[in-house]
Amino acid sequence: MEKSIAKLRETFKNGGTKSISWRKSQLKALLQLINQNEDSIFKALDQDLGKSPVESYRDEVGVLKKSVTYTLSCLEKWVAPKKAEVPLLFFPAKAEVMPQPLGVVLIFSSWNFPFTLALDPLIGAISAGNTVLLKPSDLAPACMSFLVETIPKYLDNKAIKVVAGGADIGERLLQLKWDKIFFTGSPRVGRLVMAAAAKHLTPVTLELGGKCPAIVDTLSTTPSKAKVTAKRIVGGKWGPCNGQACIAIDYLLVEEKLASALIELLKKTIKRFYGENIKSLKSISRIVNEHQFQRLVNLLKDPNVADSIVYGGSVDEEKLVIEPTILLDPPLDSEIMSEEIFGPLLPIITLKNIEESINFINSKSNPLVIYAFTEDETFKKRILSETSSGTVTFNDSMVQFLCDSLPFGGVGQSGFGRYHGKYSFDTFSHEKSILHRGFYPEIEPRYPPWTDFKLLFIKLAYEFDYFGLILLLLGFKRS
Amino acid sequence: MASEVEKKAVFDIDSAKEVVQELRASFVAGKTKDYEWRRTQLKAMLKLMDENEPQIVAALRDDLSKPELESSIYEIAMLKNSCKLALKKMKHWMMPEKAKTSLATFPSSAEIVSEPLGVVLVISAWNYPFLLSLDPVIGAIAAGNAIVLKPSEISPATASLLAKLVANYMDSSCIKVVEGAVPETTALLEQKWDKIMYTGNGRIARIVMAAAAKHLTPVVLELGGKCPVIVDSGINLQVATRRIIAGKWGCNNGQACISPDYIITTKDYAVELVRLPVYVYICNLVLFNLSSQALFILQVDSFKCELELFYGKNPLESKDLSRVVNSNHFARLLKLLDEDKVSSKIVYGGERDKSNLKIAPTVLLDVPQDSLIMNEEIFGPLLPIITIDKVEDSFDLITSGTKPLAAYMFTNNKKLKEKFVEKVSAGGLVINDTTVHLAEPTLPFGGVGDSGMGAYHGKFSFDTFSHKKAVLYRSFAGDAPLRYPPYTNGKLRLLKSLLGGSILGIIRALMGWSKA
Repeated sequence: MEKSIAKLRETFKNGGTKSISWRKSQLKALLQLINQNEDSIFKALDQDLGKSPVESYRDEVGVLKKSVTYTLSCLEKWVAPKKAEVPLLFFPAKAEVMPQPLGVVLIFSSWNFPFTLALDPLIGAISAGNTVLLKPSDLAPACMSFLVETIPKYLDNKAIKVVAGGADIGERLLQLKWDKIFFTGSPRVGRLVMAAAAKHLTPVTLELGGKCPAIVDTLSTTPSKAKVTAKRIVGGKWGPCNGQACIAIDYLLVEEKLASALIELLKKTIKRFYGENIKSLKSISRIVNEHQFQRLVNLLKDPNVADSIVYGGSVDEEKLVIEPTILLDPPLDSEIMSEEIFGPLLPIITLKNIEESINFINSKSNPLVIYAFTEDETFKKRILSETSSGTVTFNDSMVQFLCDSLPFGGVGQSGFGRYHGKYSFDTFSHEKSILHRGFYPEIEPRYPPWTDFKLLFIKLAYEFDYFGLILLLLGFKRS
Repeated sequence: MASEVEKKAVFDIDSAKEVVQELRASFVAGKTKDYEWRRTQLKAMLKLMDENEPQIVAALRDDLSKPELESSIYEIAMLKNSCKLALKKMKHWMMPEKAKTSLATFPSSAEIVSEPLGVVLVISAWNYPFLLSLDPVIGAIAAGNAIVLKPSEISPATASLLAKLVANYMDSSCIKVVEGAVPETTALLEQKWDKIMYTGNGRIARIVMAAAAKHLTPVVLELGGKCPVIVDSGINLQVATRRIIAGKWGCNNGQACISPDYIITTKDYAVELVRLPVYVYICNLVLFNLSSQALFILQVDSFKCELELFYGKNPLESKDLSRVVNSNHFARLLKLLDEDKVSSKIVYGGERDKSNLKIAPTVLLDVPQDSLIMNEEIFGPLLPIITIDKVEDSFDLITSGTKPLAAYMFTNNKKLKEKFVEKVSAGGLVINDTTVHLAEPTLPFGGVGDSGMGAYHGKFSFDTFSHKKAVLYRSFAGDAPLRYPPYTNGKLRLLKSLLGGSILGIIRALMGWSKA
């Protein structure tokens, strides 16, 4: 493994990844990989997570194709140095900021979107001109194998490598020196990654999670808006990998008096989307493995929590399936309300007044996303200024992920750093400042021995008081 | 008796916790978010500087024997400029930035909103104790945060003065100074911060980042490195020399993170750099009476000539040079200088005055690559010159080491400039000058690799202490059923074309004309 990394470093040093044509060729090859292997990708996702092709396309294949295409079309623009303004005092001078690759980067991806979370950062790293080691999650083994076998067939092996393995491989990789580490996963492992990075002063981007709330304030508008709200909530909870997503809706906040109407709407929508009961469940992913299954089942073990179930609750251990489950006001100190759920259980918390949702959200750590279904402009402003999250999405769920112009990342416990679109390019670049100066004219007061004249000269210069400088030089100002 | 005990109270973990709790309460109450609050704090900082310049200069003289001009300009004037820029531009920086939306999320509108991170910790260094403490604080205030500033104990007079002035001029419920050394810093690092900014060395930086990792706190590390200066032939040697001297000994006597650390030049040209002046008088004459072109032709430019002009025949007595900060660093620098294979390479200087902690500007020629002086950041008044055969070889020499905070090159050769910019990775590059990029607020100031992570100055300071929150506004119209289950092939087709972004594709899919 150390040999592989040495090879990556050598490739980088020799400039193998610098040229725009290399980067473009790799991105095009990645696009080809996706296009030519769509079926295998769908198959692997079905095997690991029970994802349907539509979900797989929508959340993984389609997203990646869009990302590569967008990057290819913008790459030349992003790579170009940006001019920076220079004040007259420095004349003649030229200042610019030039993005440069960081070097050899390590990407850790997660199991829930095994293609998107591995290849989207990879797109950023390649576009910025780095060499990359990708470590996909072994908890999605079919997808990991696919990546290990297929990437070398399309991409430049001297610059991009994929390594299979579990936590032990991950630990070994963390002992080595990288120029950047990009990690998607849980806060617990995020801490370990950052602590290991600290030893080498390696900058990191941590894409973590949190309890993403959805504030529901649109049930008493029109029936059609209420319906759309319900659809978007259901689509945003069980749509992405059956709730096993960092940006899935974790819990709902709604006014007491509207709770039952909401539950009815949700039930109807769930049945229409996914089937009447656990036996006829379709168009929904399964739980990834036994460990996660048990964890979720345990969340429901607490009798007070179990009592609050108003829909669903059935589980099928053999098939690793838990049906979409709604809970109404489980105890606030229960695990289901303090841990990130990451599964198909949806607690609804009722409040006397919807404005209380702001305090409720602030009582928990900063989530990756806050969803708010409301048409009240004042309330929207309050949510924006009084809460903190990676992103805020009004009147929808999940779609912010598709917006290449919005930075995608967390704040506080949900992580730091961001990517998507140009932010991916930036996250894997170093922005180098460059100042070009001429030899003339020479400003004598820059140099010792120091005198009062020189002091005053420089003071005026620093204030860009050109008129004052002229006066000083003409002898009309005294020091 | 009681007040004496109070004064001697140790700043321990509990004290640190209390401080953070108080600041967090202030932050949560919204005090620091308010635009007016930020404005009044920045104005108070300007007042702090206007009304206390002599005291600041005196403290810097105490701590570093810093010449008045360096204090007035590099610490105070630069800080004032930074403050004024923030006051002028803050409103604009605070405005949300519109973001484009695509067909995939139509209809929608998007923006990026800057919000403060919360309670931040700024740990500063001893060499520019005033500037490196308050410049980050300006950014943190402008971004709306509550702040703890921990100045370096190695510059104690400035640290005490900062504590006093900040308490007198600024809002202590939101901005505090904590003085102390390792125990106090450790207590602070145990707490949960929303951002930590550290200026200093790599060893402590690792400790800071490891502590931050426990709380998933993002960090900015402004470190150092060996900033090389490549000197090509065919340039105005006198100007180059003066600019190198100004950047080296003119910046706290070499004790600056962006000071030129060593010079690389070709074997032939090295002689020009250090050649003994035939007559010092000619230098004087030439400097003030002849044109630069003539100077070049005369070729009497040299370090020795210029250094004597700047600092006199007895530089140890010059008032225009800072001293070495303390005896630890003094001993460290002497160790570098007195190493056997190095001490014989001195071509100028080498004098030292232990009682006053002064070392004269010292130039060395051709020290061995494996000497101590070539393997650690010098951070002092010693300037080795390394010679190579071809100027292009300098790039490999630089890239074989760790990435420095800055790299400099003096050349008139366009191709060489391009190669330099392309090949050398450093925080910042300057061509035909040294250190001045620091004063340019439109350039991000920060390191890469071992020289650090993150950047600040100007708007970059505001950004570094902000969270850029993405906001997407959607409407209820345009809810495409293809988003929702049950999933069908038809939906898959439509989805493919929608994500593909072409309107034609979408129309075709809607009409059922495209294949799955």
